[in-house]
Amino acid sequence: MQIRRSLGEKIFDAANVIILALACVTVIIPILHVIASSLSSTNALIHAKVSIWPVDFNWSNYEAVMKNKTFWRSFSISIFVVVVGTLINMLMTIFTAYPLSKSYLRGKNAILIYIVFTMIFYPPMIPVYLVVKDIGLINTVWAMIIPVALSQFNLLICLTFFRSLPEELFEAARVDGMGEMRMVMQIAVPLSKPIMMTLGLFYAVFHWNSYATALLYITKTHLKPLQLYLYNLVAKSDMNDMLAIAAESTTQLNPQGLQMATIMVATVPIVIIYPFIQKHFIKGALIGSVKE
Amino acid sequence: MEQIDKKHSPGFPLLKSVLKHRILYAMLIPGIVYLFIFKYIPLFGSVIAFKDYNIYKGIWASDWVGFKYFYQFFNYPQFTRLLWNTLAISFYQTIFAFPAPIILALLLNELRNAAFKRSVQTILYLPHFLSWVIIGGLGYMLMSPQVGLINQWIAAFGFEKIHFLQEPGYFRSIIITSGIWKEMGWNAIIFLAALAGISPSLYEAAKIDGAGRWKQFLHITMPGILPAVMLLLLLKIGHTLDLGFEQIYIFLNPITYATGDVLDTYSYREGIIQGKYSMTTAIGLFKAVVGFLLLLMANRASKSLTGQGIF
Repeated sequence: MQIRRSLGEKIFDAANVIILALACVTVIIPILHVIASSLSSTNALIHAKVSIWPVDFNWSNYEAVMKNKTFWRSFSISIFVVVVGTLINMLMTIFTAYPLSKSYLRGKNAILIYIVFTMIFYPPMIPVYLVVKDIGLINTVWAMIIPVALSQFNLLICLTFFRSLPEELFEAARVDGMGEMRMVMQIAVPLSKPIMMTLGLFYAVFHWNSYATALLYITKTHLKPLQLYLYNLVAKSDMNDMLAIAAESTTQLNPQGLQMATIMVATVPIVIIYPFIQKHFIKGALIGSVKE
Repeated sequence: MEQIDKKHSPGFPLLKSVLKHRILYAMLIPGIVYLFIFKYIPLFGSVIAFKDYNIYKGIWASDWVGFKYFYQFFNYPQFTRLLWNTLAISFYQTIFAFPAPIILALLLNELRNAAFKRSVQTILYLPHFLSWVIIGGLGYMLMSPQVGLINQWIAAFGFEKIHFLQEPGYFRSIIITSGIWKEMGWNAIIFLAALAGISPSLYEAAKIDGAGRWKQFLHITMPGILPAVMLLLLLKIGHTLDLGFEQIYIFLNPITYATGDVLDTYSYREGIIQGKYSMTTAIGLFKAVVGFLLLLMANRASKSLTGQGIF
């Protein structure tokens, strides 16, 4: 049944569509501007001719980035941190959540309080830094992995999900003589596949995007992850990096064009997996909000 | 001896239960150890705010100095500037950035075309997945006086180009705008879920009673999302002094310290770079205490106003 719309409603609906379309344009334009700048010639950039479409289209900025060894070293450090870090995150999350999901486990409430306490009262930056320093993690890749090995928030999401699995399944497996470790990997995890994907992606995107941990714990250039490399390039306009890239190139390159090409290459992994992660992330965000 | 006997006696249920599920308990060890090392030790280590931290003596053996570093921080000439900047940015975030996703969710909720709605969501969620460094890069490019798009427009209209990132007057606006740009879409998800949770029968009944869309919005939609709004507002107030270090730090430079230097960025510079460990830990504790008190106050206010609170 279609109820006829009043004039006021028609105006509102039209305005609503326009407002939301404008919001989308606001999101897209900066991204297009950066893509266009990275693909334009130095001359067009200097004369501020580039808006959202490349002028004198060419790949020279990208060629320079591709040849840049510092960039690729940072890129591979980031890949390492994402892969190993996410793996450790998931193992920690799964194996901490699984026992706590068992209603018959004695003392589980005390352990839950122990966990939730750290979410309400979290330590300041400096004492954490001192602990990381005392353990000897400063200036190692592990400084970007071990101090953030577990997110209590994601742990609670995982716990909620494990609790909803029917205990009879585990009982049956126990009768068949299956050990607890195998039950986790062969029953609990496969049955929670959607939430595992979501949490894995939460962790992976965190590792890929974060620069604060590296800023705190990494001072050696050869250990800097991609985001910290980008930080120096963008915020500090690191002239050494810029000269290093430009020196390897034959044509005259504009620093801003180079910066933007580097940024685009660093964004590509996110954009490639975005359609895939969007679905899972929304699910995770909802479970997370219910939990809060 | 007695205790050992007790442990081995079959009548001791706790121990029997622990032994039976020893593998489950063993699984918990890495998580417990992790939290102990990286959360509890630093939490107790915060006592260095009351000590003269000495690298050679370590956290526990350094000498007690009482509230010396708190006095030092409160008497620091820039203390009011740091606190004011932090509070001002937080206030603007609450006024401008907090309602943005609510308004967005309400507008999306009124859309009739599902395909258009999905496309808008897909586009607006994307910035959430870009890192602050990348968004910083977009911002530097967009606002660059030499090549940036915004200054191209300003020049096209015949105005003087503006060095946005070198002007203290623009810093807070840049933080608020970039925050909305990145998180508006993503934060709307929670409110969209709250809207989806409103029973359609309420709307049906309202229609039968002759309520138009505006009346429905006022009497069904608004009360429907109010609990979610209150909850998130409370959490935001509890984090008044936590502004998101990564975001502020990427846009901050010495010229914009006047309006943009906040407690977190100052702590990082003075603590990590200058090595003033005790003083910056005092700042951290100050932040934690203020945040906790604000949360308690907001919770009480919310309870007396709407009957809802977190605890």
